[in-house]
Amino acid sequence: MQKEAAIREPLILGHKSYHDVTEDVCRPIEDKAPRMWYILFGIALIIGLYGVGCILYLLGTGIGVWGLNKTIGWAWDITNFVWWVGIGHAGTLISAVLLLFRQKWRMAINRSAEAMTIFAVFMAGLFPLIHMGRLWVGYWVLPLPNQFGSLWVNFNSPLLWDVFAISTYLSVSLVFWYIGLIPDFATIRDRAKKPVAKKMYSILSFGWSGRAKHWNRFETVSLVLAGLATPLVFSVHSIVSFDFATSVIPGWHTTIFPPYFVCGAVFSGFAMVQTLLLVMRKAMGLEAYIHTKHVEYMNIVIMVTGSIVGTAYITELFISWYSGVEYEAYAFLNRATGPYWWAYWSMMTCNVISPQLMWIRKLRRSLMFTFFISIVVNIGMWFERYVIIVTSIHRDYVPAAWSMHYPSHIDIGVYIGTIGLFFVFFLLFARYFPVLALNEVKTILKGSGQSYKESPDYHKHH
Amino acid sequence: MAEKVIYAMYDDDDVLKDGAKKLVSNGVKIAEVFSPFPIHGIDPIIGVKNTRLGIMAFLYGLTGLTLATYGMRFFMVVDWPMNIGGKPNFTYLDNMLAFIPVTFEFTVLCAAHGMAITYLLRNKTLPGIPAQNPDPRTTDDRFVIEIRMSENHKVSEEAIDKLLTETGYVEIDKKEIK
Repeated sequence: MQKEAAIREPLILGHKSYHDVTEDVCRPIEDKAPRMWYILFGIALIIGLYGVGCILYLLGTGIGVWGLNKTIGWAWDITNFVWWVGIGHAGTLISAVLLLFRQKWRMAINRSAEAMTIFAVFMAGLFPLIHMGRLWVGYWVLPLPNQFGSLWVNFNSPLLWDVFAISTYLSVSLVFWYIGLIPDFATIRDRAKKPVAKKMYSILSFGWSGRAKHWNRFETVSLVLAGLATPLVFSVHSIVSFDFATSVIPGWHTTIFPPYFVCGAVFSGFAMVQTLLLVMRKAMGLEAYIHTKHVEYMNIVIMVTGSIVGTAYITELFISWYSGVEYEAYAFLNRATGPYWWAYWSMMTCNVISPQLMWIRKLRRSLMFTFFISIVVNIGMWFERYVIIVTSIHRDYVPAAWSMHYPSHIDIGVYIGTIGLFFVFFLLFARYFPVLALNEVKTILKGSGQSYKESPDYHKHH
Repeated sequence: MAEKVIYAMYDDDDVLKDGAKKLVSNGVKIAEVFSPFPIHGIDPIIGVKNTRLGIMAFLYGLTGLTLATYGMRFFMVVDWPMNIGGKPNFTYLDNMLAFIPVTFEFTVLCAAHGMAITYLLRNKTLPGIPAQNPDPRTTDDRFVIEIRMSENHKVSEEAIDKLLTETGYVEIDKKEIK
């Protein structure tokens, strides 16, 4: 058992025993779902189905149903893609990077944050697939022998790097998440009374036994996967940024993009984690495990990454002038003062000013304020991608080709639909999966639990 | 042949650890420990060696690295060289910088999945395999030491019983298993 300083706030509040931890996490799964769950699930499902309908219409008709034109060939689709991938960065960051840094507060939030990551990457992956228009030839992105000569995919293209990055990220995150879930499924399996539930969790838990040797392997696998996932997190959004940075479009052709995108991704990912967890902890009665201190830690991450993002915005602006390239300078001047000024200034307000408020301790420990800022950041980060993508291409080199982008109702429907589908997945997860990493939380109970920390024996040699 | 197994159940990981130390120092061989979470420091006491899965991950990663390098050299340089913006593509080295992202991703892909599959196979944990823990409570808040009599010829059953009583278990169970 590891001890920590007495002045550190306990990570688990109240007088919990190992059994209490099990009870608290398993109860929402074993009890009947509250009425609110059905209402939220119903709403999410309707929105999700509407999105599926829009996607089917899009596939049947062609991507002409999007509001694209010959100047603006990329708009909401790629904006949504980057937005969702960005959101999908918090989970693996929490579970992998914070594991390497031995941050114990991650244990209460990593399971649900990683579920969120996986569902967000599902949603992200949808956009490149449907934007092909012909979904059934989606396998052409893989280097498979074919009858075109064999004409291979282009390994020099960042779009293909994206295929490898996103699929590796999704599958590795899924495996990392599931390996952690196996022992917790075993806990639910061993408590289950209904035969169907027993059978289902028995299959899901792979016959986990909890032997010392298995735990030894478990810990090594977690550590090595964290070591592999850490550079992976950084590489994925770097590669997403290469989609733009390796082009020659003013406003995109920027070497600052990889770190800027990665920080933006972590920033938006943590905001989404806050949005979801602040509701979930309340609805599922997990206030003892995810409390103000956890929220404060996450707000500090938001503040730091938000400041990096703000610095990147200003650097970008400065360099556009300093470079002396008139196209580059115009691209940025046009962002701030052109017809999309409102998008630019929404982005600036949401992403640069709002995280700075987190310097105030009172605000970053306020749950209501955090929830509000998390929504603001989610909106701001969507605008960031919209600004980068649409405002950079809506002014072509020839003024005759200048254009504006107006989203069609299919654009909007597909986007809103992915939000619906995301919540469908997340609500199902919250209903049937252990939302807290049981086995991990139990390992910190003695070191960071309130009742243990306050007991007189805590600071004696054990 | 039937074999006698003793399961001693504890309600605290530290009590189990102290108990295991005591048993081992008295020459008792502990066959297995079941716990709801990893008990840090139990492995050297009961003689569980550290896993070599990390080495396997490295080897899988190396395989991925080799496959990616060989594959991209074949696709882009040997089989069908493409003229992309006039960039040099006559040798692998000319073109290598553009191949770094995919090489990295594929290395990670192979290392992570190779290790995960090996882990599941070595543990014999796969979908459809029945639960192997001696008591359902060992995934909640109970910790179990398993002692097999066939591995303990030097110590008598009575001596083990006596030692176990001193370790402060909460329940004890003796079974004949095949």
